[in-house]
Amino acid sequence: MTNPQSMSLTLGPLLFNWPADLWRDFYARIADEAPIDTVCVGEVVCSKRLPFFSDVLPDVIERLERGGKTVILSSLALPTLRRELRYGATLAEASQMVEANDVSILPHLIGRPHAIGPLINVYNEAAARFLVEKGACRIALPPELPTASIAAIAAAVPEATVEVWAFGRVPLAISARCYHARLHGRTKDSCQFVCEKDLDGLPVDTLDGEEFLAINGVQTLSQSYCNLIVDAHLLADYGVKALRLSPHTWDMVAVSQIFRDTLDGTREPAHAMRALHTLAPEAVFSNGFMHGTNGAIYAIG
Amino acid sequence: MTATERKPLELVCPAGTPAALRTAVEAGADAVYCGFRDETNARNFPGLNFNREEMASAITYARTHGAKVLVAINTHARAGDPGPWRQAIDDAAALGAYAVILADLGLLDYAAGRHPDLRLHLSVQAAAASADAINFYVDAFGVKRAVLPRVLTVDEIAAVTHHARCETETFAFGGLCVMTEGRCSLSSYATGKSPNMNGVCSPASHVSYRKDDGTLVSRLGDFTIDRSAPDQPVGYPTLCKGRFKTAIGEGHLFEEPVSLDVRTLLPALAAAGVTAIKIEGRQRSRAYIKAVVSAFRKSVDALETRRPLPLDSLAPLTEGQTVTGGAYQKTWR
Repeated sequence: MTNPQSMSLTLGPLLFNWPADLWRDFYARIADEAPIDTVCVGEVVCSKRLPFFSDVLPDVIERLERGGKTVILSSLALPTLRRELRYGATLAEASQMVEANDVSILPHLIGRPHAIGPLINVYNEAAARFLVEKGACRIALPPELPTASIAAIAAAVPEATVEVWAFGRVPLAISARCYHARLHGRTKDSCQFVCEKDLDGLPVDTLDGEEFLAINGVQTLSQSYCNLIVDAHLLADYGVKALRLSPHTWDMVAVSQIFRDTLDGTREPAHAMRALHTLAPEAVFSNGFMHGTNGAIYAIG
Repeated sequence: MTATERKPLELVCPAGTPAALRTAVEAGADAVYCGFRDETNARNFPGLNFNREEMASAITYARTHGAKVLVAINTHARAGDPGPWRQAIDDAAALGAYAVILADLGLLDYAAGRHPDLRLHLSVQAAAASADAINFYVDAFGVKRAVLPRVLTVDEIAAVTHHARCETETFAFGGLCVMTEGRCSLSSYATGKSPNMNGVCSPASHVSYRKDDGTLVSRLGDFTIDRSAPDQPVGYPTLCKGRFKTAIGEGHLFEEPVSLDVRTLLPALAAAGVTAIKIEGRQRSRAYIKAVVSAFRKSVDALETRRPLPLDSLAPLTEGQTVTGGAYQKTWR
């Protein structure tokens, strides 16, 4: 059981293809203003995007650390090319902690403190235990896990920081095929970075107009925004020690402040919910996964 | 390796029932994979799979006919309740399965510790898409074979196989996951039931159809997956094979309803050093098993004796009645 006030906030890696200037300015503001404890930076979805911000990455890391944030370096979700695998090995040489988003990087991380990202399958306490014994000190759980699983895992690895996906479009699938490129009639190699037009992903609706998914290059996310603000205290009861907020074009300083205030008890969850709605009135919220049902729905209690 | 140096490609075939297993063995399967009748395997469909007695008989039958039985225990153990999954591993070992096919880190750890002599195959559900990932499982658990995700090209399969310190197995025929297997929650987003947690994808229990002015609307949970005009074929509403719309355009945004058939690529896969090829479809009929396994037996035998590959079409048997070489042919890059 965690005291909500001692729960920390993690800003997950930016999953979308933002222009380098926007990217740098976003993190500068996070560094200076957001009540965030840990910030994951680095490309997760597509290695072709890496060159665009690799030049500004050292400055951003320095700025975040100067702002008192703990910086974690995120690894690629689906490295298959040799250069992508080498990139993982290079990350592992940095002084910052690395978050593994694919098993391929684990051999480089075993034996020293590292983080397990939400794209690695940790579905039960035995898997969590195995990873913690190899040096994992943070485990961000897969977003589809229900509270019963979250509680069992958190109880099995009390020494680790167990984290839950608490805000943002939910990563649902990763592929070798780029859906942005496919939709624009291009191949992955000739994509011309069409994903950069959709800063929160490209909304996908059903043919009957239901809001359903969002495309982000090779990644597919939910169109709804996971929002566990009302469930945060329950998650604390279950031993969750950190909540992950995933970056969007929303005012993420405001989002993190609303979460912080709610955890600290200075803002009522219902009020926090209204405040989040105000930030993006069009957005649909969901929390079904945590409640053991369809991820797309918002379950009360 | 050249054709003369390597072992013949091993033909790994599906069986959803004891009868299908016998059909597969009779049709020329070198190995058959199947699962227990519960949520421990990723084809947890009603009326499918084996109870313990059936599995025992199947293993005996296969052994007397020179075939191996691989037991798929390839979902993730439910947190707080690993019992059914551990029992499945214990039983597969006790019944003399040639190998178990696992995906879950906790179960791999359990099997390696509890049954050091049990041969472990890494399920495609583990999503090991690189030699580095595979070798992690080899070093940690002594995995002897990895089933590769269907997202790799033949060149990538060759590179992975060259650097992997265990055998590799690739999918050869049947349903085509376009998302990396084992890392997909699309189904649970719409239905609450996922491959990883429940062994199902786009489950029939959540499928419904309705007519809308002559158009057939296929639904999964609360979402329309496809709308078919009266003259259009109606497929099962597997989520990633549906038609959707965006501001850019609409249609099959993720994948056409096609199936994989790599028979023309068998020489390339053999040259890539792949040990085994796998036919998908534990949920399919005995007629399907017989036709597909026989065709692949002929193709593999032709390959190994350097005869021309037979090219009779299997498309009528497949989902969507259209086949593709999938990612193997690198059309996506």
